[in-house]
Amino acid sequence: MGAEPVDMRVSLGPLQLKNPVVAASGTYGYGEEYAELVDPSLLGGIVVKGLSLKPREGNPPPRIVETPCGMLNAIGLANCGLDRFLAEKVPLLDNLDTAVIVNIYGHSTAEYGDLAEALRGVDAVDALEVNISCPNVECGGLAFGTDPLAAARVTESVVRHADKPVIVKLSPNVTDIRVIARAVEAAGADALSLINTLTGMAVDVASRRPLLGNVSGGLSGPAIKPVALYMLYQTVRAVHIPVMGMGGIMGARDALEFLITGATALQVGTAHFVDPRASIEIVAGIELYCRDHGIRRVADLSGTLVV
Amino acid sequence: MIDMRAAVRFNEAVAKDLFLMGLEAPAILHSARPGQFVMLGLGEGADPLLRRPFSICGRKGEDTLLILYRIVGRGTALLARLGEGVDLPCLGPLGRGFDLPEDGGTVLAVAGGIGIAPLVSLMQSRSGRPCECLIGCRTAAELVPLDALVPPDRVIRVITDDGSSGRRGLVTDLLEERLGRKEKPPGLICACGPQPMLREVARLAAQAHVSCQVSLEARMACGVGACQGCVVAASTGAGGGYLRVCREGPVFDAEEVDWGRSHGR
Repeated sequence: MGAEPVDMRVSLGPLQLKNPVVAASGTYGYGEEYAELVDPSLLGGIVVKGLSLKPREGNPPPRIVETPCGMLNAIGLANCGLDRFLAEKVPLLDNLDTAVIVNIYGHSTAEYGDLAEALRGVDAVDALEVNISCPNVECGGLAFGTDPLAAARVTESVVRHADKPVIVKLSPNVTDIRVIARAVEAAGADALSLINTLTGMAVDVASRRPLLGNVSGGLSGPAIKPVALYMLYQTVRAVHIPVMGMGGIMGARDALEFLITGATALQVGTAHFVDPRASIEIVAGIELYCRDHGIRRVADLSGTLVV
Repeated sequence: MIDMRAAVRFNEAVAKDLFLMGLEAPAILHSARPGQFVMLGLGEGADPLLRRPFSICGRKGEDTLLILYRIVGRGTALLARLGEGVDLPCLGPLGRGFDLPEDGGTVLAVAGGIGIAPLVSLMQSRSGRPCECLIGCRTAAELVPLDALVPPDRVIRVITDDGSSGRRGLVTDLLEERLGRKEKPPGLICACGPQPMLREVARLAAQAHVSCQVSLEARMACGVGACQGCVVAASTGAGGGYLRVCREGPVFDAEEVDWGRSHGR
């Protein structure tokens, strides 16, 4: 065990990250919400809230309910829309000393392309994450993520218009995630991220009503980790592009499981609500593990699973 | 905004299903305004998972922050079992508190049930200035004894659904009478309670041309504005759409809320 620092840098295709831990979309706002408590520059990157061309007010409340070891949300991609994002959020993001990935969402294949086009030349944005997997919106979202042809078309449209690395975020709400992963890879994606939330619901037995205003929502948190890990395991064997793993990562031990299984980088989401410092502590925990195990580069840990 | 571990000083039943917890959290307490809240972590494991929002009920001494809560589910049942010395993750102070004028007459606090929690803090902060309080709850057993919590010069009137303490009726009945009387109207109404009650308080205040601020409750995940989980419908005056209870609230001007589109629990 030397005192030599661990090289924490990882490459997601053309996107370079200073370390493999990234804050997941919708859980970290625009980096400013937690800025009083944590320094975003300690993270490998942040994925900002899903962005659409027009502002979206989102779903009616209640939007959140806790379930055993997890939470259901049905936010409905509430966001300020492209114009306000460029005017108000980009200047904030420009000051962040970490990779900024913008999660984009459209109602049609063309809208995804339009968003990618609109973000061309915006230096504050380092990569795009294409959201074809949100379960909480009526049209678009998941509809693109469960059909390999539609997923490929959206990916092609974004890749054609973007001047930045393109990461496609996949849904677990499919029979075989490998089919979608391969289709998206063939369409030109630079990397994948998975999994988005699992569709679920909860019922109030007193009122006999669904606990969410939207009836159903997306399940996240430790409850979904085994599902996420298995889907990652399947996907990394099916494609040649790098994969960001996510789903229920609460601490460094969870993160290490994803890296060992084959993730190049990780996203941390729901854990921030339990502990705003969760992702920072995961970075430190991964580094400590590498040091303790004589691993000089965290990238060497990826895919070392022994089966 | 401070994230710390706060030690439980005491945690005792004060009325039926209602507990008062004292937490050693001077750093949070010293920067808090009446109406703000904290997010408390309830356990070390993953179940329950999320922190829970609690109004800062007030203070005891210089460094003890008070939380008043009702046992409604598993999280609050777990909280009620915690004894002195245990420490909990505590993030705060969060949100927008009451906007209290330095002068401007009497502040009238209107509480429904556990809605008394943020109003204790309000009454504590109005020391030496006129402040009245109307309290409604289901039955006398659910009344929180306020003698040790608020200055003795507060004028407090009580009403219960079953008439077991004060008169039989709703707190909005007391409010309607107070606003209808010849005496000088309050300069500001501050209310907290179930949404149907708040809707009626807002209506009565508007009718009497008295400013009204309401403290709302919502299920939350982050508590800081990142997740957009805790929204309430905004009136067209506030731009429409939704407002985040954790960030734009939990205290709103009553006119900011679209009471028609807000279906409270």
